[in-house]
Amino acid sequence: MSAMRVLLAVAATLGLGAAAIAADKPDPAADAKAFQDYFVKKFPKVAFDDFVNGPYSMNADMRRQWEEKEQFPPYEFALEAGKEMFAKPFKNGKTYADCFPNGGIGIRQNYPYFDDKEGKVITLELALNRCREANGEAPYSYVKDEMASLTAYMAYTSRGKRFDIKIPDDPRALDAFEKGKEYFYTRRGQLNFSCASCHVQSPGERIRAEILAPALGILNAMPIYRSEWSGMGTTSRRIVTCNSQTRAVPLEPQSDEYRNLEYYLSYVSNGLPVSGPGARP
Amino acid sequence: MRNFSRGIATTNVMKKIVFALMVSAVCAGSARAASEADYLTALAAAESANKEAGRLRNQWTVTQAALNAAKKAAESGNFDSALKSAQDAEALAKASIVQATSEKQRWKDMEIR
Ligand code: HEC
Repeated sequence: MSAMRVLLAVAATLGLGAAAIAADKPDPAADAKAFQDYFVKKFPKVAFDDFVNGPYSMNADMRRQWEEKEQFPPYEFALEAGKEMFAKPFKNGKTYADCFPNGGIGIRQNYPYFDDKEGKVITLELALNRCREANGEAPYSYVKDEMASLTAYMAYTSRGKRFDIKIPDDPRALDAFEKGKEYFYTRRGQLNFSCASCHVQSPGERIRAEILAPALGILNAMPIYRSEWSGMGTTSRRIVTCNSQTRAVPLEPQSDEYRNLEYYLSYVSNGLPVSGPGARP
Repeated sequence: MRNFSRGIATTNVMKKIVFALMVSAVCAGSARAASEADYLTALAAAESANKEAGRLRNQWTVTQAALNAAKKAAESGNFDSALKSAQDAEALAKASIVQATSEKQRWKDMEIR
């Protein structure tokens, strides 16, 4: 920040106003372009749309195993459950479809979005629980099977649709994006790693038995089935797990920080197709 | 001082005494068994630092683990071990505060531009 202070001081002595430092105004579109260019350049052999396949885009052997597995996908069970849950009326007779645009079908690519009434980011998981609560039902855990099943179904009905996250020209929305970016790059935990340490600087590399997914398109396959979990995991569960790996105490699922993070990561993956639910080794 | 060599002898004794005093001073902390009060003071310091880390949204799992270990040792009356774990917890909590504070600016170095 000292450089900034010097600039400000210089600007002040030159009699320049705030306009002189407008270059620092958040520019999500430029950020997204730089972000995507970085990965495209780093992995010239990976087709753009393939970035949504996480570790499989990085490793041919894994990919072969995955393609075999996809014939009997392990998330099938969750998908079926999610479909049923989604259709089943609440006690008051309403359904999830009443809470979402287009009855909740084919809309995954628009989440998270910025709610200008509340001034905050609304993720799909949060919207689902709000729907439940508005209809007199108890919210689901953000890290457990029910939420994973519901989001699996909603992702499935949106497969192939390209992420289309909007950032309105509202200082609060820009701030949410900026804060999400800061969270993504901030080192934390005793291991002193940021999300970027693993998913920007080291995608394709092995960490124990796993191959690190690139940050570009990293949420497009959510939720995912993981053998290690012997079950499904939501976006919340994955982020919490990644935090713990660095020996950082995770925040509460759907805390402002996580919502902003999801907003940032989704926006910089705009243009990539929904591929969820995913299956991982 | 009657002669030169006696003087040297005295000086050597002095040195030995000073050395012994230094050793006992250095060892005082660990040679004497830690009391419950020592532990409670260290625990309070650790918990307050960890609370500050929490306010910065940057606690570490290892800090909590050290706090748990301290409490467990204290319950079984092992205040030496309890004190040591509480001190570890405080050091870890303080490191997490330093991290959170320095990352306020440092994160930008990592950004893809
Ligand atoms: C210590 C390294 C490390 C850090 C730091 C880390 N992750 Fe991960 N992450 C992993 C590993 C290992 C996996 C599982 C293999 C994979 O898919 O990349 C993973 C997987 C993921 C996935 C699922 C990707 C997929 O396609 O299966 C997401 C999403 C994710 N991480 C987000 C994050 C976020 C957000 C952060 C920062 C809060 C973060 N990670 C920090 C190691 C890390």
